[in-house]
Amino acid sequence: MAKIIGLPKLSPTMEEGTLIAWAKAEGDAVEIDDLLAEVETDKATMEFRSFDRGVLLKILVPEGAALAPGAPVAILGKAGEEIGPLLEQLAAQAGPPAAPVAADPGLVPAAVDPGLAPAAVDPPPGPAASDRILASPLVRRLAREQGLELRGVQGSGPRGRIIKRDLEALSAAPAPAAASHAGPAAPYLREPSRIEPASATRRTIARRLVESKQTIPHYYLTMEVDAGPLWDTRKALNADLAASAGKLEPEKISLNDLILKACAGALRREPATNVSWRDGQLHRHQVVDLSIAVAIPDGLVTPVLRDADRLSVLELSRQVRALAESARARKLRPEQMQGGTFSVSNLGMYGIESFSAVINPPEGAILAVGAVREEPVIREGRIVPGRRLRLTLSCDHRAIDGATGASYLATLRRLLEAPALLLMG
Amino acid sequence: MSARTIRYREAIREAMAEEMERDSDVLLMGEEVGHYQGAYKVSEGLLTRFGERRVLDTPIAEAGFAGIGVGAAMTGLRPIVEFMTWNFSFVAFDQIISNAAKIYQMSGGTIRCPIVFRGPNGAARQVSSQHSHAVEPFYASIPGLLVAAPSTPRDAKGLLKWAIRDDNPVIFLEGETLYGEKGEVPAPELDELIPFGCARVAREGDACTLVAWGSALQKALEAAEELAAVGIECEIIDPRTLRPLDTPALVRSVRKTHRCVVVHEHWPYGGPGAEIVDRLQREAFDDLDAPIERVAGLDVPMPYASNLEARVLPTVQRIVRAVRAACYR
Repeated sequence: MAKIIGLPKLSPTMEEGTLIAWAKAEGDAVEIDDLLAEVETDKATMEFRSFDRGVLLKILVPEGAALAPGAPVAILGKAGEEIGPLLEQLAAQAGPPAAPVAADPGLVPAAVDPGLAPAAVDPPPGPAASDRILASPLVRRLAREQGLELRGVQGSGPRGRIIKRDLEALSAAPAPAAASHAGPAAPYLREPSRIEPASATRRTIARRLVESKQTIPHYYLTMEVDAGPLWDTRKALNADLAASAGKLEPEKISLNDLILKACAGALRREPATNVSWRDGQLHRHQVVDLSIAVAIPDGLVTPVLRDADRLSVLELSRQVRALAESARARKLRPEQMQGGTFSVSNLGMYGIESFSAVINPPEGAILAVGAVREEPVIREGRIVPGRRLRLTLSCDHRAIDGATGASYLATLRRLLEAPALLLMG
Repeated sequence: MSARTIRYREAIREAMAEEMERDSDVLLMGEEVGHYQGAYKVSEGLLTRFGERRVLDTPIAEAGFAGIGVGAAMTGLRPIVEFMTWNFSFVAFDQIISNAAKIYQMSGGTIRCPIVFRGPNGAARQVSSQHSHAVEPFYASIPGLLVAAPSTPRDAKGLLKWAIRDDNPVIFLEGETLYGEKGEVPAPELDELIPFGCARVAREGDACTLVAWGSALQKALEAAEELAAVGIECEIIDPRTLRPLDTPALVRSVRKTHRCVVVHEHWPYGGPGAEIVDRLQREAFDDLDAPIERVAGLDVPMPYASNLEARVLPTVQRIVRAVRAACYR
């Protein structure tokens, strides 16, 4: 008799397995211990072997499907056997959970006014194939405003929709614990704090940074760079610009312009760092679009410098200046702040030696640039005056491994210490 | 004289009498409004009081007397045209829609049409499919017309006085089943006018907003009492006029309750019921915790049999059920 084959638990800690490849096709004969499929678990790629003998009548999941242990994956039976009833049984199991209002026998579960479109009482589609979170518009707004993460919140509405009372349950839970730590109930403040409503920008920053730090496994790599050649190059470039400006105000190249140019060039040479981890997949970016952190009175914005690797230093400098001015005038259009592939944040002008930055999701990395400082350096066994610059790269470990990030920094240092290479793009 | 308790039909009569007293351009015309004292006794006594030149019995010819009314309004009078029921207005559709609603625009703003068409709207206990229409979807969809649907004697009087003084053509929808309802109405000396486009909070609550007008409001109130017994406090908003519609008041209430059920006698396809849902889903989108429900007359021609008629009209039970669905309870 035909039976449904479920995905076995292939390791003690396996919570999910990805069925990488089927070893049998529909219609193939299967012997006990025959390889059915390869499954990637949290530990390794494992063999999924048959416990039964028969014919593989139906494959229920495609290759690449992520599955919980026990999930039905195939139907095994005798050749030509009728599997309709089993498929119906599976469809019924996959149907919607019992409607939550069913507890009250006096009420119709779908609660649809019979005067309205009868289509509304059609059964809702089965469990969503995607991992889209079902939440009411109100809940989405509250989550946005309060920076709440909805993933993992148990929804009590129809089809598991998260509704307001589910958030109330969420925020009610940790409160008593916090109170027990707080000692005296009311905190004593000489003057009560002034509470200001947060601007939309501030709320967006808060939400995105919380999302970044809570969901992205950051690690940090710091490297010191000899900034002498960079310093001299900038001087030479600006002297030339001043000489050719005539009576006009001369344009000026900043150290940051050169650093951005080097960052972009290094990303082209090290494409493994120009990546993002998004929805369980690695995205390799085909362009080098740098997000540049710009401080504005109410926070921080990150306008995007498109195709930074293809711009000449002078053109890059002009575009960066224009973006920064738009940012401070709050005239950036949304599309000018979207779609960066890598961020650069520079606090050198404040004298900050080095710092670690928070990744700007969904990007995979951010470079924190410190100040160029005059320091004693050892060259050929002698202490001589030099200029040093410290760079810290924050990486998303899901997308960029340590050696990959390190290799990027090494290339970046090579470009910064030999700025002539920047001429090559 | 202070506030008195009077019937809905008396409130409408008072409004007409006070306005006819105040302004000699106001007149009443319609079938049986004079010598018979009105099919529903709304105009009782007006013929004696104002005479045959201002209270006119018309033949059974709605297209004719509606057209005469429109013409009279265009030349400076302020007619009140009574339809014995709004079902009969279909014969006069062209006069209302093509003439009354259009003349101000078509004359480049030089000719106004200050006319009130009024009469009972909706089902009226076993008058069957041709005579049970809730007509608000037809008229509220026409730019150039204003539409009022009072649910209480006080609103009926205040809104009708406003309608008579308004320079636009007004569709005034009374409830046949409401004519005998009693309610407090301010003294005539107060000359209370209720402006169009101002909704009324008929009941306060925080669990769910119920929107209802005309005769459906009574059922919403009954449902709210039943729901209060199980701890669900509904807020009831009576828009009072369907065009203009007081959207801000609806949005304010939904911002408070995060849920909404719209109750109406008219059919579910389109109409003010659907219009309200449309506006709320856009303007209160981020405040909704549940889809907006509707309780409508069922999507069929009205049956004659009383047991079936009762099932077609919105019932308290259906309202209760819809509110519980919107509250997930």
